[in-house]
Amino acid sequence: MPSVVSKQYSDDVSLLVLLLDTNPLFWSTTSITFSQFLSHVLAFLNAVLGLNQLNQVVVIATGYSSCDYIYDSSLTSNHGNLESNGIGMPALFGSLLKKLEDFVTKDEELSKEEVSEDRIPSCLLSGSLSMALCYIQRVFRSGHLHPQPRILCLQGSPDGPEQYVAVMNSIFSAQRLMVPIDSCYIGVQNSAFLQQASYITGGVHHTPKQLDGLFQYLTTIFATDLHSRGFVQLPKPIGVDFRASCFCHKKTIDMGYICSVCLSIFCEHHKKCSTCGSVFGQSKLDDASSVSDKKRKAPST
Amino acid sequence: MEKRVKYKSSVKDPGTFGSLELSEVMLLFVPNDPKSDLKLKVQTHNIKSQKYTKQGSNKPPWLNLTNKQGRSHIFEFENYPDMHACRDSITKALAKCDEESNKSVVSTPAEKLSMAEFELRFKLLRENSELQKLHKQFVESKVLTEDEFWSTRKKLLGKDSIRKSKQQMGLKSMMVSGIKPSSDGRTNRVTFNLTSEIIFQIFAEKPAVRQAFIDYVPKKMTEKDFWTKYFRAEYLYSTKNTAVAAAEAAEDEELAVFLKPDEILAREARQKMRRVDPTLDMDADQGDDYTHLMDHGIQRDGTNDVVEPQNDQHRRSLLQDLNRHAAVVLEGRCIDVESEDTRIVAEALTRAKQVSKADDEITKDANQERLERMSRAAEMEDLQAPQNFPLAPLSIKDPRDYFESQQGNVLSEPRGARASKRNVYEAYGLLKESILEIRMTGLSDPLIKPEVSFEVFSSLTRTISTAKNIIGKNPRESFLDRLPKSTKDEVIHHWTSIQELLRHFWSSYPITTTYLNTKVGKLKDAMSNTYSLLDAMKQSVQSDLRHQVSLLVRPMQQALDAAFQHYESDLQRRTAKIA
Repeated sequence: MPSVVSKQYSDDVSLLVLLLDTNPLFWSTTSITFSQFLSHVLAFLNAVLGLNQLNQVVVIATGYSSCDYIYDSSLTSNHGNLESNGIGMPALFGSLLKKLEDFVTKDEELSKEEVSEDRIPSCLLSGSLSMALCYIQRVFRSGHLHPQPRILCLQGSPDGPEQYVAVMNSIFSAQRLMVPIDSCYIGVQNSAFLQQASYITGGVHHTPKQLDGLFQYLTTIFATDLHSRGFVQLPKPIGVDFRASCFCHKKTIDMGYICSVCLSIFCEHHKKCSTCGSVFGQSKLDDASSVSDKKRKAPST
Repeated sequence: MEKRVKYKSSVKDPGTFGSLELSEVMLLFVPNDPKSDLKLKVQTHNIKSQKYTKQGSNKPPWLNLTNKQGRSHIFEFENYPDMHACRDSITKALAKCDEESNKSVVSTPAEKLSMAEFELRFKLLRENSELQKLHKQFVESKVLTEDEFWSTRKKLLGKDSIRKSKQQMGLKSMMVSGIKPSSDGRTNRVTFNLTSEIIFQIFAEKPAVRQAFIDYVPKKMTEKDFWTKYFRAEYLYSTKNTAVAAAEAAEDEELAVFLKPDEILAREARQKMRRVDPTLDMDADQGDDYTHLMDHGIQRDGTNDVVEPQNDQHRRSLLQDLNRHAAVVLEGRCIDVESEDTRIVAEALTRAKQVSKADDEITKDANQERLERMSRAAEMEDLQAPQNFPLAPLSIKDPRDYFESQQGNVLSEPRGARASKRNVYEAYGLLKESILEIRMTGLSDPLIKPEVSFEVFSSLTRTISTAKNIIGKNPRESFLDRLPKSTKDEVIHHWTSIQELLRHFWSSYPITTTYLNTKVGKLKDAMSNTYSLLDAMKQSVQSDLRHQVSLLVRPMQQALDAAFQHYESDLQRRTAKIA
């Protein structure tokens, strides 16, 4: 178990991987502007880095059509020259913002090529989760001394049910690696993916009500490292939305059919499972016409 | 009804402790000590009369039941009221039995249950108190009949019986010849004990004896004589006195049969040898029965005597016996006959052996095929010409197909915020503006207003403390555990009974017979009853738990409501159709 070994390093050293939602369709519809949001987030990152000298922060931007690494605090090329930063901006984040801008431009290019317009305006959560887990896996393999990693997902876009399978796979990989996924959802509807992610991996999920106090939420709830969470009471959600989406149409469903071989979920009766290829037998639900034809078994008295 | 009693088979018997269960149909006594085999089951219609000791007398509270066969069972109860309760229920049951037998026999095609089934149901009810409560609630209040109740639980009933019948008991690994007779020190007699198990083993291992039995009994001698002769032969072996054995064999021809080597086995062995496939199978070799060299090896009783040549036909070696016994045990029980009658066993075994021999008979074609197979197996591959077998092509799917298929099936629904190209372009523009803005102006100052911060703190504190009250410290802890035990049991019981009712209710639709109609009516009444019970429970619970309890109870009431609705609509439809 890699994270047990890391206790030799120090109890409260943490590696925070932040998944930042940069979906433009969401940001064009919220009350808080992206720049205000960014200032809260950057101040929070500064605070995390200030908690312990050995803390590390990695930022991954989750866009509409792509994801990319924006910032890694362990690299030494962060301190750009002062003139490229404005006044009031911490020197650390000059490169972050530059990279973010480049990323958004690239994302715009990619989304122009995209043909289908019928998608729900969700961000590419599965992609950024996978990138985060790859980075964490590399850290685990770097040796015995490494900080305790966790993932913080800051998202406002709704869930895209077409990503259900990929997101669930990432969640289970995180569970195996024992990496908690915290999630802070600032959007309007509820995000079932994030709730399930935090529940399964043992992280914290919270939906802040007041977005202008976002910094306070972040520092109170999400800044604690994994060791201190044993002593601190964090807010727990009362219920978790465990609904799945079906594999054939990507709709969110409550009741459906499940392949008994590979456990894939379908919303309607199929003759064959599309994932594992196993053939299904006769459905047990007869329609009304065939029922009235058969004689019903009833003991006569 | 269940009571603790002591069972005595007669007045003088000290009695065994156990528990007695009474139902309308049957009486079951199970002793406390699982090793004792005094279990007793009596059907009530088998009871002829009962006697009991009077309360005022100095005697302990006994109840004496005599059944129609004349046997009497005495039960000693712990106190008089217990005994009276049992006596009354037995009286009622007897009266009912009489009444039923007096009625003219209207044959109900209800399933005739065997005693075994009854016992199984009793046992299940006794072990599972949950099941017992459900049973009491529904069957005894006549909402459901016994058959309906058990029809959904066939799995429980069937499992036991299947388990009992599928597995056969194997044969003992102790050899027959290991059975030593018991002898009186005083007289010159030795006594052999013979059970049907031993008889089966003897017949299976020594086909000559079996054949002799079929031939001689009952024509030439009785069974008892036959076995006496057989055991005399065995005894003669064990005395190692071959001279006497030879002498007796010369006199008595039947005895000679037992002392001679077993011809049938010899024949079988020779046949097997002919059929041995040299490429594979050492089914038999010269070491097999009766072709084994006689002049070495340990004799059966562990001696190492040299055998005199004229008597060597009367000797069998230990190895031969062991091999034969092992072969029979490994084969297992080839017949299913469990009768006591020795002749039937012998005949069944002979038939089985004949059938297997017939199967093994080699026709010419089979022989030819065998030879071909042997030649094929004995060939040497590198001396053959190369053979090109047609290969099936390997089909490895591209994993990208899977991932793309996951993307390709998105159902287009008219949902809210749809992205049109223009919106996307605009949105990106806004985003880039924001980033530029923050780069210019830096972080906002002050980052956060103190009042906002304070509000956030207080709301978080409130959330955490209420969550702690509702859920408890452990997020995975369920609310049910925080209820007082009686309420929790009640809730769970209601849940299981509602499930049972609903299962029967929904399976009765569509209604095609009047039986189903009455059944549905009864179920609906029971369900309304449960509904009002749930309401009452909700009211009676403490006020701080009330909200959570009503949340728990809500799905149950919703399910019941759905059932009621369906019932009403169906009733309306049917009356409309009739009218």
